[in-house]
Amino acid sequence: MHQMREIKSSRTYRDSAKEASDKPAAFGEDIDLSSYASSAEEKHYQDDPSELPDTTKEKMLEVGVTLDEPDQRSGTFIQEDNTPIHCSVRQEGIEVMAVSEALEKYDWLSDYWWRAIAVDTDKYTASVEMNQNNGYFIRTLPGYKTTYPVQACLYLATAQLSQNVHNIIIAEEGSELHLITGCTSSSEENAGLHLGVSEFYIKRGAKVTFTMIHNWNPGINVRPRTATIVEENGLFLNNYVLMKPVRSLQMNPVARCVGENAVVRYNSTLVATPGSSMDVGSQTILDARGAKTEIITRAITTGGDIISRGYIEGNAPDVKGHLECRGLILQEGGMVHAIPELKGNLAGIDLSHEAAVGKIAEEEVEYLMARGLTQNEATATIIRGFLKVDVEGLPPMLNAEIERAVQASEKDIM
Amino acid sequence: MLEIKGLTVEVEDTEILHGIDMTINPGETHILFGPNGGGKTTLLMAIMGFPRYKITGGSIFFRGNDITRLPLDERARMGIGMAFQRPPAVRGVKTRDMVAAGLKERASEEKVRHLAEKADLADFLDREINYGFSGGEIKRSEMMQLLAQNPRLTLLDEPESGVDLTNIALIGNLINELLHKNCPIRTRKCMGLIITHTGYILNYVNARSGYVMISGRIIGCGDPHEILATIKERGYAKCIKCAK
Ligand SMILES: Nc1ncnc2c1ncn2[C@@H]1O[C@H](COP(=O)(O)OP(=O)(O)OP(=O)(O)O)[C@@H](O)[C@H]1O
Ligand SMILES: [Mg+2]
Repeated sequence: MHQMREIKSSRTYRDSAKEASDKPAAFGEDIDLSSYASSAEEKHYQDDPSELPDTTKEKMLEVGVTLDEPDQRSGTFIQEDNTPIHCSVRQEGIEVMAVSEALEKYDWLSDYWWRAIAVDTDKYTASVEMNQNNGYFIRTLPGYKTTYPVQACLYLATAQLSQNVHNIIIAEEGSELHLITGCTSSSEENAGLHLGVSEFYIKRGAKVTFTMIHNWNPGINVRPRTATIVEENGLFLNNYVLMKPVRSLQMNPVARCVGENAVVRYNSTLVATPGSSMDVGSQTILDARGAKTEIITRAITTGGDIISRGYIEGNAPDVKGHLECRGLILQEGGMVHAIPELKGNLAGIDLSHEAAVGKIAEEEVEYLMARGLTQNEATATIIRGFLKVDVEGLPPMLNAEIERAVQASEKDIM
Repeated sequence: MLEIKGLTVEVEDTEILHGIDMTINPGETHILFGPNGGGKTTLLMAIMGFPRYKITGGSIFFRGNDITRLPLDERARMGIGMAFQRPPAVRGVKTRDMVAAGLKERASEEKVRHLAEKADLADFLDREINYGFSGGEIKRSEMMQLLAQNPRLTLLDEPESGVDLTNIALIGNLINELLHKNCPIRTRKCMGLIITHTGYILNYVNARSGYVMISGRIIGCGDPHEILATIKERGYAKCIKCAK
C-alpha cells in the first residue's frame, strides 16, 4: 500500500502563493476558487489498474490511457481526484512516481520546483502550491529512451472538487521520453475545476514528446499551467487535443529555448461546442542561437468560442519561428479569434505567421463533389483533413492515439 | 450520348451562354476553341452541374437522362468527370484521398499507386491536394483523378496549358487512355469535350469535330484541324465575320 506523503516546500513559496491567491490570470474568465472543495475522500491504491471499473477504463481510453494493454506503455501513473491510485514502470531508466514521493526521495528536486514557472503567476498556480494535491514525477535517466510512451491520467471523480496537481518532468541528457497525459472526468455533467502545473526540463540533446488529450464536461473549468525549459539540441514537441465540451479552458503554456539549436513544436487541435469557451495560447521564447519553433493550431467551432493565441519571441541570432492558426466555423454563433504575435529584436532572425478563419470553402466542397462524393461526404472529408494531425517527429503510435481521439469526436461535429 | 439543346446559363445574374446546341455521340471527342472570356469554362461547369452556373433555359441529356436539374455529385456518379482549369487546394486532404475517392469501392493502395506512377506523381500521394503544386503538376493530378473516376464523359479545361513539351506527350497519353482511344470507335463508349487554345493536344488526341465559341455562342463547327489552322492564320476576328 502506498501512503500519501507530506510535500515539503519552503515557506517562501507558500508566502508568495498567499500573496497571489487573488491574482486573476492574464486571460480567461476569472474563477471563484472558494466555490470548490480542495479535498476529497482518499481513494484506494490499485496494484492492477486493469481491475478498475470498465466505465472508468473506457473514459481513460478516450484520452489515450490504456490499462488493458500494459505492454503498450513503458510506465503508468493514475491520479483519481487527489490520490495517486497507481504507479508502475516497465522499462529501465525511467522513473514514474507521485511527486510527493519524489520530493521525499530526491533532495535536489527542490531545484526544479517552481523554476520553469513562477508560483505567483496567478491565483491558479498559487492554489496549486497552497493545496498540493500531488501530481506526477516522470524522469528519464541520461541516455535512456522510452520505446513505448509513458502514460499519466488525471481523473476527476468527485463533484465540485478542485484538483490541484503539480507535475515535474525531467528528461536527462540524451534521453528520450514520450509522454501521453489524459485528463478526464467520471461524470458527464458534474461541475469541477482542474488546475495542473507541469514543469518540463529537457536537458542537452534530450527529446520529449508530450501529448495531452482532454475530455471534460460542460461543467468543468480547466486551467493548466505548463512551462518548459529546453537546453542545447533538445526537442520538445507538445500536442494538445480538446474536442469535447468544457465549461471554460484557459492556458498559455510557454517553452523557453535556453540552449543552442533547441527545437519546440506545438500542435493544438481544439473543437468548441456550444457553451464551451476556450482561450488557448502557445508561447516560445527563443533565447539561444539557432533555436527553432513552430506553433500550429487548428480550431473548429460548432457554436463555442475560441481565442487562439500564439507568441514567438526571438532574442538570439539565427533563430527561426513560424506560427499558424487555422479556424473553421461550422455553425453560426461560434467564434474563432486568432491572435498571433511575433517579437524580435535582432537582425537575422526569421519569424513569421499565417492565420485564416472562415467557414468551409464552397469551392473545395464542390471540387470533391465533382469526384463523386456527396455533399456530406465532401464536407466530412475536408473537416477530417483539417483535423488530421500528422505530427512530425511523433512516433506513429502516438499519432494513431491522437487520430483515435479525433475520430471519437468527429461524429459530434458533423 | 450527350445532347445539349438551347442551353442558356447565368453566372451571378448575368447571362453568359446564350443558347448552346451540341451533340456528342458515344466514342467521340470534340474540341472547344474560342477567345478568352468566350464562355468555354462556363459551358463545362454547367455540364458538370456547378450550382453557381445557373441553367436558365434549354436542356442537357446524358445517356438518355435529363440531367438539367441534377446536382453536381449525382452527375459525377452518373459518369461525368472534369479536369479543372484552376482547381482549389484543399488543406489536409491528401492527393491519395482524392484518387481513392474517384476509385470508390475499387480503391486499393496498389491501384492508387499504379495511377500515380502513370501520371508521374508517385511522390505526390501524401501531399495535400493542389497545395503548392506547379501548373503542370496540377494538370497531371487532374488527369490521374479522372483516370481513377473513369468517367463516361470527360470534360477537360485546357489540359495542356502550362505543360512543358515532354509532359504534353504524357498528358496526351493519359487523355487517350481516359477516352479509351485504343478501342475501335464502333465499340468505344467514352466521350470527350476538350478546351484548348494552342491545339497542341490535337497532335496526340484524335477528335471528331471542333467548335468556336465567342461571347457565349457557338459560331462555327467543323474539322478541328481546319478550325485551328484558320484561327492561327486569321485570328478570331475573322471567325466572327464569317459567322455574321
Ligand atoms: N463567377 C463569375 N462572376 C462573374 N462573371 C463570370 C464568372 N465566371 C465567369 N464569368 C464571366 O463569364 C465569361 C466567360 O467566362 P469563361 O471562364 O467561361 O471563359 P473562357 O472561355 O473559359 O475563357 P478563358 O479562355 O480565358 O479560360 C467571362 O466574361 C467571365 O468574366
Ligand atoms: Mg476557361
